[in-house]
Amino acid sequence: MAKLILNRLSKTFDLGGRAAVNDVSLTVREGGFLALLGPSGCGKTTVLRMIAGFEQPSDGSILLGERVLADAAEMVSPEHRNMAMVFQSYALWPHMSVAENVGYPLKVRGISGEKRDRKVREALAAVHLETYANRRPADLSGGQRQRVALARCLVTEPDVVLLDEPLANLDRHLRQEMEETFREFHARSGATMIYVTHDQAEAMALATDVAVMSEGKLLQVATPEEIYARPEGRLVGGLVGQGAILSLPSPFGDRRLFDWPAMQEILAGPAREPRADILVRPQDVEIAAEGQAATVLSVLFEGERYALRLALPDGQALRAFSRHPVKVSDHLSIVIRAAWRL
Amino acid sequence: MTRPQNQGNSQPRWLFPFVVTVIFCLSVLPLGRLAATGIMSAFRGGASELLSDPGLWRSVYDTLSTSFFGMIAAVVLGGGFALLLTLFDIRGKALLGFLFMLPTMIPPQVTALAWIGMTGPSSALLKAIGLAPPLGSPQPLYSIGGIALLYGVQNAALVYLSLRAGLLALPRDAVEAARLSGASSFQVLKDVILPLSLPGFAAGAAIAFVSCVGNFGIPAILGIPAGIYTLPTLIYSKFAAFGPRTFADISVLSGLIAILSVIGLMVEARVLRGRDYRVIGLSGQVAVFRLGAWRWLAELLLWLTIFLILAMPLIALVASSLAPAYGVPLSPATVTFKAYEEILLRQAATRIAFTNSLSLSLATAFGLLVVTVLTGYFLVRSKSRFVGLISALAEIPYALPGIVLAVAFILLFAAPIPVIGISIYGTIWIILIAYFSSFFAVSLKPVVSAFRQLDPSLEEAARLSGAGFARRLADIIVPLVAPAAGASVILVFLIACNELTVSALLWSAGTQTLGVLIYNLDDSGSFNIAAALSVLVVIMVIAMMVVLELMAKRLPKGVVPWRS
Repeated sequence: MAKLILNRLSKTFDLGGRAAVNDVSLTVREGGFLALLGPSGCGKTTVLRMIAGFEQPSDGSILLGERVLADAAEMVSPEHRNMAMVFQSYALWPHMSVAENVGYPLKVRGISGEKRDRKVREALAAVHLETYANRRPADLSGGQRQRVALARCLVTEPDVVLLDEPLANLDRHLRQEMEETFREFHARSGATMIYVTHDQAEAMALATDVAVMSEGKLLQVATPEEIYARPEGRLVGGLVGQGAILSLPSPFGDRRLFDWPAMQEILAGPAREPRADILVRPQDVEIAAEGQAATVLSVLFEGERYALRLALPDGQALRAFSRHPVKVSDHLSIVIRAAWRL
Repeated sequence: MTRPQNQGNSQPRWLFPFVVTVIFCLSVLPLGRLAATGIMSAFRGGASELLSDPGLWRSVYDTLSTSFFGMIAAVVLGGGFALLLTLFDIRGKALLGFLFMLPTMIPPQVTALAWIGMTGPSSALLKAIGLAPPLGSPQPLYSIGGIALLYGVQNAALVYLSLRAGLLALPRDAVEAARLSGASSFQVLKDVILPLSLPGFAAGAAIAFVSCVGNFGIPAILGIPAGIYTLPTLIYSKFAAFGPRTFADISVLSGLIAILSVIGLMVEARVLRGRDYRVIGLSGQVAVFRLGAWRWLAELLLWLTIFLILAMPLIALVASSLAPAYGVPLSPATVTFKAYEEILLRQAATRIAFTNSLSLSLATAFGLLVVTVLTGYFLVRSKSRFVGLISALAEIPYALPGIVLAVAFILLFAAPIPVIGISIYGTIWIILIAYFSSFFAVSLKPVVSAFRQLDPSLEEAARLSGAGFARRLADIIVPLVAPAAGASVILVFLIACNELTVSALLWSAGTQTLGVLIYNLDDSGSFNIAAALSVLVVIMVIAMMVVLELMAKRLPKGVVPWRS
């Protein structure tokens, strides 16, 4: 096993058309768990399919350690990459039993008899499906099918495991259970994993690294904590976590993290150009006796708290939480404990 | 270990050249050869003699008039059935629809024999019930009208399918909106449904016309005794009276048929532009109108029609096969199974024909399947620019009348094949190749529908598992398209086994097929033996259609041609 390197990777489908993937460079460390996060159509699935070998890059290259997997001139076919993939549609073969599905990669590799049976049993045990070995995929629930697909990845000890929105077709309860299974799977196999999703909560809960893409470009790669606390640019800020982006007069200097006194200064200062995008997370907005005036736009009861949308005097919206009920068009005063310049 | 491959796609490198070679051999080469000979003989002036022959123009006129009236009959029959069965609350729709499809699947020469057995002074059936016209009165079907009527019966299902598909694809809300606007059922029918279903009518009429122009079995049995020659039977008779100008003549004649067919097909393509009329359709989603008190009358009419166009001719056919000789009245005392004994036990000719037809059909059905699975895979998976062109070229040989294709293959193989110097002309191999070409589209369609329904990730998962193309084909692709492949085999077998038009020109001693044999038996006056053989053929057709009908639930939409 070795690290996976994407080197200035680009993909254009129609000659002269817009690039689906544009100059993406990325290194996934060995045994890492990378989430590729972005809105639909941002090119994340195309990156995944290039890593798998289903698409050839138009430019740039993909390396696994020293070995060049693909560049614009030639590529190793998916059959010879020792990778595995969990598909959004599960891609279980309906004419084979669960055990046959899981054992197929071994069968292709010429492993048979007792050795294959044992490996299939182990893989099924890892996803808690030992008793389902002889069922057909059609007899299983969505979550069980996804676990079979995962067992099929587990069985050959692949260098890289690719997951293409594997939870998109499952309900919320099953998602949590499957997230747990994926984490276990990662810890057990030690394989490098790449996980495509448009759900930022999923990405942050699972991955050791998150890469955010938009319109074919890679915007930022960092750990979940880093990307939450210090997002780069408006797109990442809007995509990762909750929060409101305020457009405020640009503060002087290259300071990026602001506390309340600094924010107060910016809010109270004269309106002037240029302006900067400043991200305010709802948990950093406190309702206080004295502070910035704001009007309640909407209130949503979430059980443990109320989620508010507030309007600043200049009309810009802000999100906040409240432990106590408030009413729409109430006037509040707030304190912004922390804010991040994007 | 690293195996470079130029594309990220899943096809092996040899697949594209393979598909191109297949299409070239089965479509481009024969049709190109036909066009070349036709154009050359036209330029050399050799065609002027043919074109100034009044017999030719008589034949063109007869072809057009029989086909036109045949088309009208098909539109009346098929249109009536489609409207009644699709729009109204008729009971027993499924059975009526299935029975209505049968005449199309029964080979035309058998249809002709059955109808002859039903009418005229020698009808065993009419004699048995004492209704036969006096001896010496003419057989009414040996006429333009008789040929047209049988064309109509044979091709009514084509109009039925086309119109029905159009009706099923009608937007249901258009009907409901009209009703909410206060329109009565009749007004909705007149103002909304009929105008919207006109393309289906027109397309059905156009394919029925093309099918009539190319029909050989019916005019061969009904027309030749009366001296009526349509273009296909004219080719046949010119070919039978072989002379030095035969090749030039038949290439010009089949060129004429091809032009008439292409005009018809262009009309069809134009009215149906942009919609695959057999695949669209939310099954039975169309609003159903209540007939109320009229329902039993409509049902009576439908069943009476089925009785007249299907049951009666088949009863007559059975009666003819049980009569001791043509023209002898059938009664409990004279019933005999001698004709069946002749076919099954005595005659070597029937045994040879059975063997030929069965082995040709089996070889065509299974051999084509190998080719069409690969071609279908290519057509669905490839991003090549040539996909459209290749699928069009694959369709053409089946769309053209069989007689045109037969002439093309005669021209292609009349001389020994260059380089290897072997002549397959007059052997069974030329029939086999012509069958491959002719039924390629029949075999391809179900397979392509199945591939379209297949989730590509099923194959991608197998690729990541390490399975190469051959392995994926065997383990994943073929098992998953197996039901459609089975339907494809049965369909090709059914059509090839009953085929007459192609083999009528290509057979020679020892290579006659069932279709040819039935025609020859009738031609030589062994009517009751021909009838007995036809009864066996009809039983085979019905059995295979029932098998397909039973499979239909497991097949992709559009695979079984008579289910929409």
